[in-house]
Amino acid sequence: MTKFTAFQSRLVTIPIDNIDTDQIIPARFLKVITKDGLGDALFCDWRYDAEGNPKPDFVLNKPESKACQILLAGDNFGCGSSREHAPWALTQYGFRAVISTSFADIFRANSLKNSLLPIVLPRDIHAELLKNPGGTVKVDLAAQTLTLADGRAVEFPVDEFSKHCLLEGIDELGYILQQEPAIAAFEREHPAAINVLA
Amino acid sequence: MKPRTIIEKIWDNHIVAERPGVPTLLYIDLHLTHEVTSPQAFEGLRQRGLKVRRPDLTVATTDHSIPTTPRSFPIVDKIAAAQVAQLETNCKEFGIRCFGLASEKQGIVHVIGPELGLTQPGMTVVCGDSHTATHGALGALAFGIGTSEVEHVLASQCLLQKRSKTYEVRVDGALKPGVSAKDIILSLIARVGIGGGTGCIFEYRGAAVRGLSMDERMTVCNMSIEAGARAGLVAPDDTTYQYVAGRHYAPKGAAWDAAVARWRQLPGDEGAAYDKSILIDASTLEPMITFGTNPGMGIPITAAVPDPSKLSDPVERDSLSRALRYMDLAPGKPLLGHAVNVVFIGSCTNSRISDLRTAARFLKGRKVHPSVRVMVVPGSQQVKAQAQAEGLDQIFRDAGADWREAGCSMCIAMNGDQLQPGEYSVSTSNRNFEGRQGKGGRTFLASPLTAAAAAVTGQVTDVRELMQ
Repeated sequence: MTKFTAFQSRLVTIPIDNIDTDQIIPARFLKVITKDGLGDALFCDWRYDAEGNPKPDFVLNKPESKACQILLAGDNFGCGSSREHAPWALTQYGFRAVISTSFADIFRANSLKNSLLPIVLPRDIHAELLKNPGGTVKVDLAAQTLTLADGRAVEFPVDEFSKHCLLEGIDELGYILQQEPAIAAFEREHPAAINVLA
Repeated sequence: MKPRTIIEKIWDNHIVAERPGVPTLLYIDLHLTHEVTSPQAFEGLRQRGLKVRRPDLTVATTDHSIPTTPRSFPIVDKIAAAQVAQLETNCKEFGIRCFGLASEKQGIVHVIGPELGLTQPGMTVVCGDSHTATHGALGALAFGIGTSEVEHVLASQCLLQKRSKTYEVRVDGALKPGVSAKDIILSLIARVGIGGGTGCIFEYRGAAVRGLSMDERMTVCNMSIEAGARAGLVAPDDTTYQYVAGRHYAPKGAAWDAAVARWRQLPGDEGAAYDKSILIDASTLEPMITFGTNPGMGIPITAAVPDPSKLSDPVERDSLSRALRYMDLAPGKPLLGHAVNVVFIGSCTNSRISDLRTAARFLKGRKVHPSVRVMVVPGSQQVKAQAQAEGLDQIFRDAGADWREAGCSMCIAMNGDQLQPGEYSVSTSNRNFEGRQGKGGRTFLASPLTAAAAAVTGQVTDVRELMQ
């Protein structure tokens, strides 16, 4: 993983609550065995018509959305399925952060493991951003601040460990594997209840 | 010691390490995998040169992308066939037991775990699938994970997790005829909303929950995620032990007695406190049905579809208007009598033997309405065999329904079992998101009984009017 650095971008806004992972990436694209090629299927059924042509009124198809790296969405983003294909599709499209008032638990966990930063804002600031959908903001993870177009810096929460992993560009598995002695000790004290190989 | 809920007890029993500034390292007792969310995790192991730490605690099956046509037919979809083949290759390479298409133990991952006695009270259970909470019915702490976490568990049998809040869902009273476990959970989700349980684990309690069979408890726990909850569970009791006893991987003999003695310590202590609570009176519940595009958009079957113009919050109003536009429904009118094209009886929510018995009992001697296509998809090969031994398959066929092979089928519509654009289904599955059952398809979620009633009448029906 690459180190998560500060950046600024114009917002792409989808002002809908409860955007589920079936919308982010429909299930028919989950038959892949790699992580590649999902960016084009992001929001597929909102983005393309029945013939596969881009719908001009959908925000991702507007010229000004090109190269935008921050998605601004409604409450409870990423609800539903546990598919990690959702953050894969978002990052392959080019998003590095999603802003909402809350995220579904599994989506949040999946995003943090893929250098996609879920940013939870207070309702009033979020509402303000929705009123100015094309605004440019700056994300600084180290400072945990989102700097708005007018220069105000708004703090956002992120857990200490995820922040460390994102900033250093490392994944959790390395840490987990270093806990080998503790894992082995736990297994000695807790014999398994099943043996599926028996 | 402070009184603890069952949720806290299971959590505490599985702590491997706790370090300042790092989430808890939690041990996983059972890891279930399937073809869709595992290939990239196995590839990750390969790239790092890692092996699967505990193949004895890891099980694979194929369920999501497989056809439900006869098993003698090939998988026509080449991409799906490659995915299924990849799972089998991965299992062989890493030494994992796979109940694949040819196995009599194959089935939806959340049906076979309990059925085979793999899932046991007090366990931590994970799977790369959000409906893993199903296993909570056995008194296990079971939750869905993403593919990165699948890799973590394969490599280390552990996960880094933050403690969730505890949420008591107390369902008192008794269900009325025609009202089922599915209606309890649909009603809960409608009350708290699809984000109402975010950051929480539900514990289902109360007389109505105690009175449910294990299959019914699985239906309730299964849809915990549809309220945003990480997991949902029911403390084990004699109903649980009777269910687990004698199953393939369940402990036997002296080990069984020791296990039950251990499991009896799991229910919450007297006075244990929850972070949140909700009380539902089961006797007030009606059959439920969803009208919208998320599982929280549910109403009692006799109620009217809500009217967006009566909502004050602009985003909520837009969200409801958008859902009604997608569903092509008029606000303020009941769903009763709305025409239905397809009825789907299946999914990890409602494909167990008791679900099929309920539907078959209703369909016996009745005929499917000529304008409706009915698919009945058993949750596993074992459910299918049991149903056939009881003659349920013949009842479904005689009624005019299609009796299929086991799999996720039209719940997720990855395998060709799907709605056509604009079609309406009454479905016993768990999600009514836009396009979930096929692009442009429209889903009404309901119980097996309500689905069977719609199959016969060709429209959304209050099953109580057709019951003797």
